[in-house]
Amino acid sequence: MDWMSVLQFAVHLVSAALMLTGAGIVLAGAVGVIRLPDFYTRMHAAGMTDTLGAELIILGLILQAGFTLVSVKLALLGLIIFLTSPTATHAVANAAYRSGLKPLLRRWRSDENREDAA
Amino acid sequence: MTRKWLYGVTLTLVLTALWALLSGYGLKQPLLSLGVFSIVVTVWMTIRMGLLDGESTPYLRLRYLAYWGWLAREIVKANIAVLRIVLAPVIEIKPVVTRTPVTLTDDVARATLANSYTLTPGTVTMEIEEGGFILHGLDESFCGQEGFRTFERKVKAATGERGA
Repeated sequence: MDWMSVLQFAVHLVSAALMLTGAGIVLAGAVGVIRLPDFYTRMHAAGMTDTLGAELIILGLILQAGFTLVSVKLALLGLIIFLTSPTATHAVANAAYRSGLKPLLRRWRSDENREDAA
Repeated sequence: MTRKWLYGVTLTLVLTALWALLSGYGLKQPLLSLGVFSIVVTVWMTIRMGLLDGESTPYLRLRYLAYWGWLAREIVKANIAVLRIVLAPVIEIKPVVTRTPVTLTDDVARATLANSYTLTPGTVTMEIEEGGFILHGLDESFCGQEGFRTFERKVKAATGERGA
């Protein structure tokens, strides 16, 4: 095995690790959306995790593509997600706030008050 | 007037680079002439709509890159904190709505700060007001005012904060 193929293997390994971590983070965000009690708290799980998750997946794909034009396009995609994802989260939160949805504001535990967790 | 010219030239250069990278065709007729046509039309429409200013010109600000590097670390930290809450066997949180004063006046700086709050410390920006933002925090432990001040200071340093 020469150096080139060792390097290639390492890049593949890092890329796979990045994409798997990204997918795991997005999955955990989905679990959070199910487990958290109300609209605003669920939005934290959805909005925060999918930025980092998507960025990690894109980073992994860039490593797969190497020094090509595809990588440039992926990098642009990453930049756009980085700028628009929090804006979208804010837009949703702002719409809910302005239309008068009251946030849950007391201490909440997931193993009690099952009925108001709708 | 000279600033307008600078913005126009920068926008043209950025659009040219973007077109070249996205198409990847190089110097081939007639695709090149179509590229030139679309760039000229875009710049002309930007001028006609009166949108040509520092905000619509996406030139690279190097100080922003340093800020993004710092922000990326904060995002990772915040994600770990939120995932720890979400994946715990028993979720125990106390959501809060809080208001944080904001002294920034530059539009780009304010938007950057609002988005940074949304991305990081377990908070989401709910409403933008003249002198402050209303934030929703997933847990009260995320809503220390010192943390918010750090962000404001960093954004101020990154944008140079014109006019305040």
